[in-house]
Amino acid sequence: MTKIVDTAAEAVANIDDGSTVLIGGFGNAGQPMELIEALLDGGATNLTVVNNNAGQADEGLALLIKERRVDKIICSFPRQSDSWHFDEAYRAGEIELELVPQGNLAERLRAAGAGIGGFFTPTGYGTMLAEGKETREINGRNYVLEYPIHGDVAILKAFKADEKGNLIYRKTARNFSPMMATAAKQTIVQVEEILPTGSLDPENIVTPSIYTDVMVAIETESTALAAREQGAK
Amino acid sequence: MLRDEPVDRNTLAEIVAGDIEPGSFVNLGIGQPTLVSNYLTAERDVTLHTENGMLGMGRAAKEDEVDGDLINAGKIPVTETPGAAYFHQADSFAMMRGGHLDVCVLGAMQVSATGDLANWHTGEPDAIPAVGGAMDLAIGAKKVYVMMNLYTRDGEIKLLPETTYPLTGVGCVSRVYTDHGIFDLSESGTVTVKALFGMTFDKLQSESEIEFVDATGN
Repeated sequence: MTKIVDTAAEAVANIDDGSTVLIGGFGNAGQPMELIEALLDGGATNLTVVNNNAGQADEGLALLIKERRVDKIICSFPRQSDSWHFDEAYRAGEIELELVPQGNLAERLRAAGAGIGGFFTPTGYGTMLAEGKETREINGRNYVLEYPIHGDVAILKAFKADEKGNLIYRKTARNFSPMMATAAKQTIVQVEEILPTGSLDPENIVTPSIYTDVMVAIETESTALAAREQGAK
Repeated sequence: MLRDEPVDRNTLAEIVAGDIEPGSFVNLGIGQPTLVSNYLTAERDVTLHTENGMLGMGRAAKEDEVDGDLINAGKIPVTETPGAAYFHQADSFAMMRGGHLDVCVLGAMQVSATGDLANWHTGEPDAIPAVGGAMDLAIGAKKVYVMMNLYTRDGEIKLLPETTYPLTGVGCVSRVYTDHGIFDLSESGTVTVKALFGMTFDKLQSESEIEFVDATGN
């Protein structure tokens, strides 16, 4: 059953120190800024974070890193023009980095949610990111064994939900969230709007309610953008 | 093809665009390859893939079109074209890894004669590594093209018998487009020179231990 709470603070209240937290988003698109802020305020620390990036500028994940709440980050693209908080923590030796090719990151999350014990992928074969990993030649092609990434908790942003917890996303803000929703013991989602059950077309559900544990309605810029788009049509 | 002068980035982008079959599904890497999209006219009906989860990506968004939920792999706001589709990143990379994309055009620091690609890391000890989708793109598409300058700023040739930088993918590049020429690579390491721009075949051969085959007259 999906629990609906009133505030971001309540939504993230039971995230413990030392948790592995899967954070949705690619850059700022789909990043659950309000849940991250609440996590920051709540004080949870010694976290392992899984995200495509390692924070942009002075908001969201970047602030968790700035405040040294993150011991380890698993991501594909930490270094960016505005990743100064990560850069500083990394150069000071105060954050551990596991660098994962983006497609492997997505597939390792998917595997975790799908009960797959590991998979052979051609991505990274022969590179330093595959050093020490088991490889196998299958039908003349070389593959690397990769293992799933499980989360204790996922914090995600979706566009709309129904009261049952079915989710739809908006444009490229979908990115990693559907896999992360399946890969964590507890999935916490901020959505623009929670609609009465039955309001969403069952054919269009992206994340079925079985994966959603906690939801909070928080209106962000996405609502205004969607309204603008609707007006333009 | 022979030209007297090296070609600029836009001319090279136009040449690459001309080599992409109409109706193709294409991923253009960040940087120089992005310029190719300027020359993919509507009648070519090329569908652009962006690995953060979209087919049918349109041009960069203008001021009043900017939508934070609609960005490309370089995190630049873009637009959608009619017939666009969104999907999550496991699907997006399955599309790539599964060999469904026709062409991927990537930038490179170095390429070897057998198609090994180095484009993500200089290997310097103090560099903060970031790979993104580079390794997935390198091995994913049916054809992987590289677009780069033939020389570094220090004048070192970037098409080499073997790469010295950390690899992105092994034997994955089929063709290299540069300001000085176009090269078809092969498993054997023989490189077929399709075009030269402001450079003679003899000069090229004198600069490299690669075995080149002159096909500029074809």
